[in-house]
Amino acid sequence: MIFFELFYVFFLIGLFTFGGGYAMIPMITSEVVGRGWVDANVLTDFIAVSEATPGPFAINIATFIGSQTAGIFGSICATIGVILPSLIIILLIAFALSKFMKNRYVKGALNKVQPIVIALITYTAISLLVNTIFFNKQIFNINSLSFDIKSIVLLIVISSFMFIYKKVNKKALSPIYLLLLSGFLGALLFSV
Amino acid sequence: MIPLIQKEVCENKKWMSSNDLLDVIAISESTPGPISVNIATYVGYKVAGILGAVVATLSLALPSFVIIFVISFFYKDFMKNEIVKNIFKGLSIGVIILLFNAALKLKKNIKFTKTGTILFLITLISLLTLFFLNITVQSISIYFILFGLLTGLVFEIISKRKENKK
Repeated sequence: MIFFELFYVFFLIGLFTFGGGYAMIPMITSEVVGRGWVDANVLTDFIAVSEATPGPFAINIATFIGSQTAGIFGSICATIGVILPSLIIILLIAFALSKFMKNRYVKGALNKVQPIVIALITYTAISLLVNTIFFNKQIFNINSLSFDIKSIVLLIVISSFMFIYKKVNKKALSPIYLLLLSGFLGALLFSV
Repeated sequence: MIPLIQKEVCENKKWMSSNDLLDVIAISESTPGPISVNIATYVGYKVAGILGAVVATLSLALPSFVIIFVISFFYKDFMKNEIVKNIFKGLSIGVIILLFNAALKLKKNIKFTKTGTILFLITLISLLTLFFLNITVQSISIYFILFGLLTGLVFEIISKRKENKK
């Protein structure tokens, strides 16, 4: 039955993917295209939309494929399937091993991971910055240096707005409003 | 999502400290499944037990579910629409700012030791090098996290030995 298959396939995908939604793309491709649920090039469109829209990639793609394959109940089965392994595993870790977090070796280990996590976030910010502002990554080659002026302008405008807002209101602008503002200004600026 | 999670969970609701959140992020990156789902489950559990975990996870999924379900009916036009493309371009700029902000906020809450700074730099420089060389390694963040875990473990074992000697 298709509903159970969707649940089962996405449960496996959720179980065997480590480190972020995009890592599941190979497995999704082989399972979904292999079973004839979706064509390979249509899947590429799905992936693009799932990457672009809000929310975790895994959930977006599961919903998408589920709905195209078997309607709303299909998307429910696929989404619950992809979420369930995380839910179970994290609950096990949190519940059975709450002493785990107090162990000195665990604390010591995690202590050294903290700067690494910050580095990962910083790296994401920098790579996104480079990809957005420079049309290609040629920042080391001055001859073919080309950048997207509008993106730089938007960056400066939004950063300044954030800075001024904080000075005036004593507290920072909420990320949600910041994103709304960015999207709105983006629509304005880039269509000119 | 990390900037948003940090703002809501640590600052607004004060459900956990930024310090603890960093640990949650590390664990969530190392366990299977989408990172955001792992984080939601963990925070939900901390705040309100198993039911909290389930509610947090389902709530995380719900907006995506609704939005994507609606889009799935006219997805071909969605991605080609100029206004949509421009909105997303603007959004990615906003995201960049939020990410830098989040990194700074998280950094404020932990004490950066010499080792910490070295680990930070090794990670950042390696990743940027791979980036500019256009080399992609799947799930690379896990390797760095494992490296950090090992380093931390080794340091802790060494300091325990020093204590025993005294």
